[in-house]
Amino acid sequence: MATILSTPKEKTTSVISPSKKVTLRVAKYNPKTDPKKKWVNYQIPYEKWTTVLDVLLEAKNHLDHSIGIRYSCRQASCGSCGMIINGKPRLACFTKITELDTTMVTVEPMKNFPIIRDLVVGFDRLFKTHKRIKPYIISEDSEITTKTTELLQTPKEVNNYIQFANCIKCGLCNSACPTMATDSLFIGPQALAQAYRYVADTRDKGKDDRLKIIDESHGIWRCHFAGSCSQVCPKGVDPAMGIQLLRGYLLGFRS
Amino acid sequence: MRESVIMKIHYGTALAAVALVAVHVLFRLTQGFVDSLTYESVIANYRFLPYAGMLEIILILLSIHGFNGLRVILLELKQGRSYEKAVSYGCIAAMIAIIAYGSRTIFMTNMGMV
Repeated sequence: MATILSTPKEKTTSVISPSKKVTLRVAKYNPKTDPKKKWVNYQIPYEKWTTVLDVLLEAKNHLDHSIGIRYSCRQASCGSCGMIINGKPRLACFTKITELDTTMVTVEPMKNFPIIRDLVVGFDRLFKTHKRIKPYIISEDSEITTKTTELLQTPKEVNNYIQFANCIKCGLCNSACPTMATDSLFIGPQALAQAYRYVADTRDKGKDDRLKIIDESHGIWRCHFAGSCSQVCPKGVDPAMGIQLLRGYLLGFRS
Repeated sequence: MRESVIMKIHYGTALAAVALVAVHVLFRLTQGFVDSLTYESVIANYRFLPYAGMLEIILILLSIHGFNGLRVILLELKQGRSYEKAVSYGCIAAMIAIIAYGSRTIFMTNMGMV
């Protein structure tokens, strides 16, 4: 009877590297109790697939339960985990440690938003401006009756606005916007991009209403076209282009 | 006035000013910059009505464009109902004052007061 002396070893061509460590530098600040922001460092092991959110949750679960962080879907769909990572607004769940190409990862709350605690910011202004531009299709036909049929669009008509429909309201564009930093009443790239999304939709009849809302002293004309909003969008939306196209309507180049 | 109308004026005055300032600079090139700044030359320019008219238009265009630009910068700097009203009316007043002062120089020269 044959006996098994040892289990055969699986042959592999890739060498599994030992876990590397990254220094996670978190900005901690509670406006209710702390006089100023302080930085706290954590040493966290990471792998090739580890995201900044994974590292933050590792620190929160095992090293410091008090880290304030908002997150949900972990797949760049909910837009909850927006923060400044190594100086740039990004989604923590959509940013791998390896892509940052550094051993020090600095995380701060998004700029141009009021800090609630640590990395959690208030979205009141974003939701208010988003709501202001009427982010829904305005049409007499949109009331569903027994005679209601589909509102058909050609692929070309869909292409006019579809990228703007990808917005997840994460606020990264507003965080990157230089005008948002100085003008507390500026409507912001997120709301302007959404205004374009509905203005460009052939099913919508609320163009005039929306153009009136954005055509005021702290509206669309305060955009300097820095383009940083488009640079940071994790969903490939180009708010800067949407803003220029909206200006075309207001200047009479588009109808 | 709607902001889009103001911005149309802003862009329009900029384009017109670029065109007219180019004409103005070309006129200066025919004479040489140093000579064009002599007292007699400046007075002669003011007395030549078509040229004086062009300078007056440049003054109006640049005042409108410049002070609206200043208004925009100041509106971004600080917000508030009374502040914004003060900035808007202040810029209009300054615009009128500059145009009036420049026009006064041209009128005084043509009326033989200089």
